This record gives sequence, C-alpha cells and structure tokens, in this order.
Amino acid sequence: MKMKLATLALGAALAAGPALAELTFPSLSYRTGPYAANGIPFADGYADYFTLLNERDGGIGGERINLIECETGYNTEKGVECYEATKGSGALVYQPLSTGITYQLIPKVTADDIPMHSMGYGRTSAKNGKVFSHIFNYPVNYWDGASVGIKHLLDLNDGDLSGKTVALVYHNSAYGKEPIRTLEELGKKHGYDLTLLPVDHPGQEQKSQWLQIRRERPDYVIMWGWGVMNQVAIQEAVNIRYPMENFIGIWWSGSENDVKPAGQGAHGYKALAFHNMGSDYEIYDDLETHVVSKGLAAGSGDQLGTVLYNRGLYAAMLAAEAAKTAQEIHGTSNITPAMMRDGMEALEITEEKMATLGMANFGPEFKVSCENHGGDGLGAVAQWDANSESWTLITDFVQSDQDVLQPLIEEDSSAYAAENDIEERCN
Amino acid sequence: MFYREAGDFKTSYPEDGQTFPIKLDRFGFYAVVFIGFVIIPFVINDYWVNSVFLPFLIYAIAAIGLNILVGYCGQVSLGTGGFMAVGAYSCYKFMTGLDIWIGGVQYALPPINIFFSVILAGLVTALVGLLFGLPSLRIKGFYLAVATLAAQFFLVWLLNKWAWAYNYSASGQISAPERSMFGVPVTGSNTEPWAVYLFCLVFLTVLALIARNLTRGSIGRKWMAIRDMDIAAEIIGVDPLKAKLSAFAVSSFFIGISGALFFSVYLGAVEVGEVFGINKSFLLLFMVIIGGLGSIFGAFAGAAFLVLLPVFLKNTLVGGLGWPTDLAAHLEFMIVGGLIVTFLVLEPHGLAQLWRVIKEKLRLWPFPH
Repeated sequence: MKMKLATLALGAALAAGPALAELTFPSLSYRTGPYAANGIPFADGYADYFTLLNERDGGIGGERINLIECETGYNTEKGVECYEATKGSGALVYQPLSTGITYQLIPKVTADDIPMHSMGYGRTSAKNGKVFSHIFNYPVNYWDGASVGIKHLLDLNDGDLSGKTVALVYHNSAYGKEPIRTLEELGKKHGYDLTLLPVDHPGQEQKSQWLQIRRERPDYVIMWGWGVMNQVAIQEAVNIRYPMENFIGIWWSGSENDVKPAGQGAHGYKALAFHNMGSDYEIYDDLETHVVSKGLAAGSGDQLGTVLYNRGLYAAMLAAEAAKTAQEIHGTSNITPAMMRDGMEALEITEEKMATLGMANFGPEFKVSCENHGGDGLGAVAQWDANSESWTLITDFVQSDQDVLQPLIEEDSSAYAAENDIEERCN
Repeated sequence: MFYREAGDFKTSYPEDGQTFPIKLDRFGFYAVVFIGFVIIPFVINDYWVNSVFLPFLIYAIAAIGLNILVGYCGQVSLGTGGFMAVGAYSCYKFMTGLDIWIGGVQYALPPINIFFSVILAGLVTALVGLLFGLPSLRIKGFYLAVATLAAQFFLVWLLNKWAWAYNYSASGQISAPERSMFGVPVTGSNTEPWAVYLFCLVFLTVLALIARNLTRGSIGRKWMAIRDMDIAAEIIGVDPLKAKLSAFAVSSFFIGISGALFFSVYLGAVEVGEVFGINKSFLLLFMVIIGGLGSIFGAFAGAAFLVLLPVFLKNTLVGGLGWPTDLAAHLEFMIVGGLIVTFLVLEPHGLAQLWRVIKEKLRLWPFPH
C-alpha cells in the first residue's frame, strides 16, 4: 500500500517536476487509435535519433537528452493534457504531429515562450515569422505540397493543364482543408478544374467518393489523407482501376503502411516527399551499433528504414541541430526553450552538415530566418514500386510556386495578427 | 451516527423542503463550496486546471443537462456531441460579432461579452434542441435514440460544411480570441488558471442549483411522470408536448453552455468532427449512466469518474511506474472498461445509488440493528 501511495504521489508530482540539468524533448506521439499505424514509425524514429545521440555522443554539446513520450491518440484533449504535463519539465520544442493539436498549441506555446515545430503540417501561414514568433514549419508546408504536386502534373503535361480535371480527396478536417485555397488559386492560374471530395474521420468509408471518381474520371486525383484513410483510398482506387500513376498523395499519404495492403495494385502510386527514402545512409550503421544492437530501439524496433521512420529521424535531427545552433549562439550547453527558439530561427541546414551527420543527400538545404520560418518549400515526388516494395524519388527537389503562395501566406497571417492583436516582428 | 435527522427540528416549510435537509449534509455542501471557491483558486496550477478541473467542471454541466433529458424525462439522446458543437459555434459567432449578409453587404453585431456569449450560446442550443426534440412526441426508446443520432451527424456535418459558422477560415477551425471578464482574460492564451477555473465553476454552480430546483419542482415531477409511464402521466393531466419539449430545451441549454465553455475556455480551438463527434455523445451518456440516472449528484460523480480516472491511470502507469506509453494507453482502455462493467454489475443505478447506500449505512453506524 505504501508503494502504491508513493507511486500516486510521484504521478502527481510529475506535473510540476523541476527542470533538470539535461535537455528535455517531449514527444507527443500516438501509438494507439486510428492513426497509430502512422504514428508509431514516426515516434520510433524520433526517439531512436535521440537515443543515438545519447549513446554515441553523450547528448548534444555534452548535455544528455531526456525524451519524454506522451500518448495523445491524435486527440486534442489528450494533446492539451500532454502539453500541460510536459511543459514544466523544461521542454525545448514541441512536435505534436497533428494539425489539430498544432492549432490548439499555437497561442499556448507563444504565451509560454516555448517553440513549436510543425514539420510539413500545421498552420501553413506560420511560415511568416513576423507574426508567428514561436511557430516553425520548415522545410515545407501544405501549400508547398499542393504547389509541388501541381508542378509535377505540369511537367507531365508539357506545362499545360488547361481543360484537365483534378480531384482532391481530403480528410474533412483542418488538415485536409489546408490545400484547398492553394489548389483553387493554382487552378485559376493553370486552368484546371478542381473537384473537392471530403472524407470524414477516420476515413474507413469512402465508397461514395470513389464512385464519383469512377463516374467523372478526373485526369488526376490528389489526396490529403492520414492513417487508415490512406489505405482505404488506395484500395478503392485499385478497385475502380484508377490509373495509379495519376494518383498523388501528400507526404502523409505516402508510407509503406498505406500502399502495402493494396498489394500489386498499388504499383506506381505517387506521393510527395520532403526528404529522401530508404535506409542507405551512414547513420543507419550508427543506429545499428549504438541503438538496435544494444536493444535500445524504441517500440518493437521493426520500423527502421520506413518512410515515416525516416521522417521521425529527420524531425529529431532538425531539432538537435537547432539545439546545437542555440548552444553556439548563447554560449551555454544547458539551453532554455527561449534559447532553443533563437536556435531554430538561426538554423541553417547545408549538404555538408548533413553529410557529417551521416545523412548525406537526405533532404534539401534550407535556411531559417526571422521573417521566414518555413524554409524554401522544396518538395519532390516519390513513387511506389510494388515489386521491390520500395519508395524512390522520381524527381529532384523543386521549389513551390512562391508567386502564388506568398500572397496567400501574407493574407492569412495578417488576418491572424489582426484577430489576436499581434505586432509584426523582425523590423 | 452520521446523517441523523434526530434532533434536527424544522419549524417551517421552506426549512423542511430545502435541498439538504440534514444538517451534516448541509455543512458538507457548504464546505465543498467554500473549498471550491476560496481555497482551490489559490493552489491551482496550469496542469491541474487544464487536465483535471476544466474538463471535470465542463463535463459536469453537460452531464447534468443530459441527465435532465435521459435520467429525469426518460428520453434517450445520442445527440449530445452535436448539441455541444452548436453551443461552441454559436458562442464563437457571438464572441466575434454575429454577422449577416444581405445582398453582398455584411452587417455585424459588435462582439458580445464572453459571459453573455456563453449564455446566448446556451439559448441557441436550446432552440436547436427543441427542434430535434419534436420527433420525441411520436417515437420512443431506442427509436428516439436513433432519431437523435441523426441530429448528431447532421449538426456535425452542417458545422463542417457551412463556412459562415466558422467565419470562412481556411482550415474550418474556430479559435477563441482573447476575451475578458472584469479585465481578467478568461479565453485565449494569456489566462490565469484561477480565472478560467472560477469562470467555469460559477456556471456550474448556478446551473446545478437551477437543475436541482427544477427537478424537484412541478416541472421535474412532470418529467418524471412522463419517464415512468407516459400514458398514465397524460391521464393525470401532464401535457406530454410541454413536458418533453421543455426537457429537450432545458437539457440542450445546459449542453450548449458546456459546449461553449469547452471551446472557448478549455480548448481554445476546435474542429467540429474531431472534438464533437459521436464519441462525445457516448462519453456523456456513459457519464450519466455510471453516475446514476435521475440524480444531480450522479452527474458530478460520473463526470469525475470518467475525467479523472484516465488522467490518474496515465500518471500512475507512465509517470509512476515508467511503462511505455502505448502499453499504458491500451491498459487504460481495459481498466476503464472493466471498471465500468464491474460498477454496472454491482450497482446498476450508478455511483449515486452507491452514495445513497453509504449514507444509509452511515446513519445506522455503529449500531446497524
């Protein structure tokens, strides 16, 4: 009984634990619920990278890393609980991997002076650092994704999309609605027709949407899906014999979990990407020696080399590099969340840097600045090969259409600034 | 020894008819109110307010509302999530300035104070509830549950589809701007824990008192008559139209207020499909059933049970014992589910009945015979 009481007291005390002399990275992960299949590999990659730094280098700049994992189940209420439970422990940066939770935390982290990094998700206009001081979404955002996807279609059609039809199958939530505005604007510019097909959470029921696609036969289908919705959509596309090479998913709809259930039928399915695929990098050797063989791999350790695992590694790498930058700027190894924010704002990722980390050619080069929290918007297209069961990039990293996106970002962020009485920074 | 009415003399009808006729009970209630209003605001921190107190207070309001409908009037409803969504979105519209478009020109009211926005949101929800309560005049039981399920899906769909409801924001999310009461912010990001706590506590206290007094007055008796046997109730002169619709309206008013607080004070940003989905309707129905149908105390007990238990388990398993988060999350489902089944087997009338039994035992203690 005593033991039990001690446990309870500890549970309660956890909420207000003092900041320890180590770098704390919270991981708001989801290993349960309808999005678990995608949440697990990301969380594993995120955790393994920090374990590697601890084991191989003794942390970042000599400070050990303390990773606190908290299960959100992709649920905003639990996300809030996780945020409140971890923020007191000196959490350096939040990466909730959920657009809903990101929206929720944007005002909170700003008030609490903790940076948040929503890599390839979240609120797109957070790219405007003049308004969103604590939110970062480098290296890409959804609108970049929409634009890169359309650029790929332009390439396929010799630069002319007029008269073509494009259907957007999207998760009917803030996440899925993000690209609509951009796709509409791009439609005006390039002359294609856009059809919108919303799919409700969690996305297991898509018969009517695909029936409509079968009837109208759009030239291209773009998908903004997550979790079980991806698998169902790809299976439905196979069922109506939609040509797979004309079906493009956002980077969150392009993992092994999404295509494998459809088997051979998914061959040729395309998805966007903002980092490279596969496990052919030096860092994987280090992971094997320092993490996997020591039995320290997160989860069941079977996700190495998958797309989302790589994304978790990438997210952790960017966080660790930002922490290093912060340590350099402030001349102290024990950084605070506010220092971490400065580090993120001064982050520069070069090919050299990635090569020394054992991740040569893993992602594009980019530089963050006070005005630009979103990088350069470089994305590529990957294609699934069902025979070798692997994803490969089939294009170079190309930049999104900044002429169309920049005004949209200005408009949305200034609306946010007006709503919340925010003064522009960086002047 | 405890809860004895011996020696507790009443000399007037109001005294005899008060909510807590037994002295000890009454003082217990005063003590709880005192602790709630005077002590907790001084010791509360961000974690406690956001993961324990706010959800508890807000769910308790919704559970009282649903209890009026299901527990007192016997009309099963699965539309709670949808009604909460109506409350949240109408609160958003009122607090940002309700607008109307006539011939391409926008006419807007000025933003209304958050306190009145919440109450107005409750009134709007009451109207919507009234509308969806109409079928209850013709259909009963499980069939009514299915009809209210339609309300759930329709309202969520509508609020996701209708851009006016979320002020045409690109993402379809609504976010609460900063609003203050007496100069103290209660919504937005710069709130103090005690302020939001007290804001919700005031609503809960007032609404609980209203609910308690409604349910033991003539309206409540009519509801219960309808619940127990509607034909008999009609014969003794209860108008089923008025009774059922008033139950729907009052219940929706409560649920609307809880939805408004849920959005504006607790979460701050809401997406209708994710937050107010069918899961929310079930969760609230579970709260009411586990707490005890037809009991105001039961609504509190049910809300406390289903809000506190997961947080408590999470902190114990992950924080205390250091288990992996996914294992703990799965185990949490099993433990909560198992406890619900055990409770219902041992005490089908919920935690409120358990409390009644304990009180009865305490009255006789230490001489049970």
